Amino acid sequence: MSLTKAERTIVVSMWGKIATQADVIGMEALERLFSSFPQTKTYFPHFDLHPGSAQLRAHGSKVLAALGDAVKSIDNVAGALSKLSELHAYVLRVDPVNFKLLSHCLLVTVASHFPADFTADAHAAWDKFLSTVSRVLTEKYR
Amino acid sequence: MVLFTAEEKAAVTSLWGKVNVEEAGGEVLGRLLVVYPWTQRFFDSFGNLSSPSAIMGNPKVKAHGKKVLTSFGDAIKNMDNLKGAFAKLSELHCDKLHVDPENFRLLGNVMVIVLASHFGRDFTPDVQAAWQKLVAGVANALAHKYH
Repeated sequence: MSLTKAERTIVVSMWGKIATQADVIGMEALERLFSSFPQTKTYFPHFDLHPGSAQLRAHGSKVLAALGDAVKSIDNVAGALSKLSELHAYVLRVDPVNFKLLSHCLLVTVASHFPADFTADAHAAWDKFLSTVSRVLTEKYR
Repeated sequence: MVLFTAEEKAAVTSLWGKVNVEEAGGEVLGRLLVVYPWTQRFFDSFGNLSSPSAIMGNPKVKAHGKKVLTSFGDAIKNMDNLKGAFAKLSELHCDKLHVDPENFRLLGNVMVIVLASHFGRDFTPDVQAAWQKLVAGVANALAHKYH
């Protein structure tokens, strides 16, 4: 399942808009993750998870920045996220099921902020892109 | 059994009151078929599903989407007994339609995304959480009679 040229174009162009609100979107996606799927909080016992916390904001930015790196190298996501892939495999070891949950919450956040842009085509392209990112991040798990 | 708090029920019913079931139904089912094309396997008789615009404009998709979402409306009236409410439909999906329950989860999540796009800022994390609980409950209820 690799992205077609059309899908890459959609992802890159939407990223332009998302990037302008990257911090807000990152934090909101995490808030949605922790509200809807409380079991995901188990990976953050060291965090203040109250909505709006400085740690949530910083972590949301981090996540979106990494997504931005993937978008900038959309022809080689595995290369762009190689270090992060190792981090998740050897240090963080987040169970793979959680990447789907965060991906879903990212889509919900983007849909709620940019409804006009989030057409069925865009939805499909972004779902596929986030699946690719998730696959890359779990590639070295075993 | 899924238990919904008063707040969760309120979050669900207040939003549902503003949903255009016909429009939303077509959009939810259409997006399922676009984003997860393998789900088209259940709809060979629907005609032209060859592109996203064909799918989203397909009248059979819209009609069936409306049917599905109307059924969701029944779920919302029976949030305290989803398994009972969906027992017959569960048997149908297993015995006659042969639908893998994973598809109910996919549809539920597409529904949440469509609600987010329609309601924007009103679709807060708390509201989403209530809806995630509902769609998971419906998916489980629909899978409950599988054998």
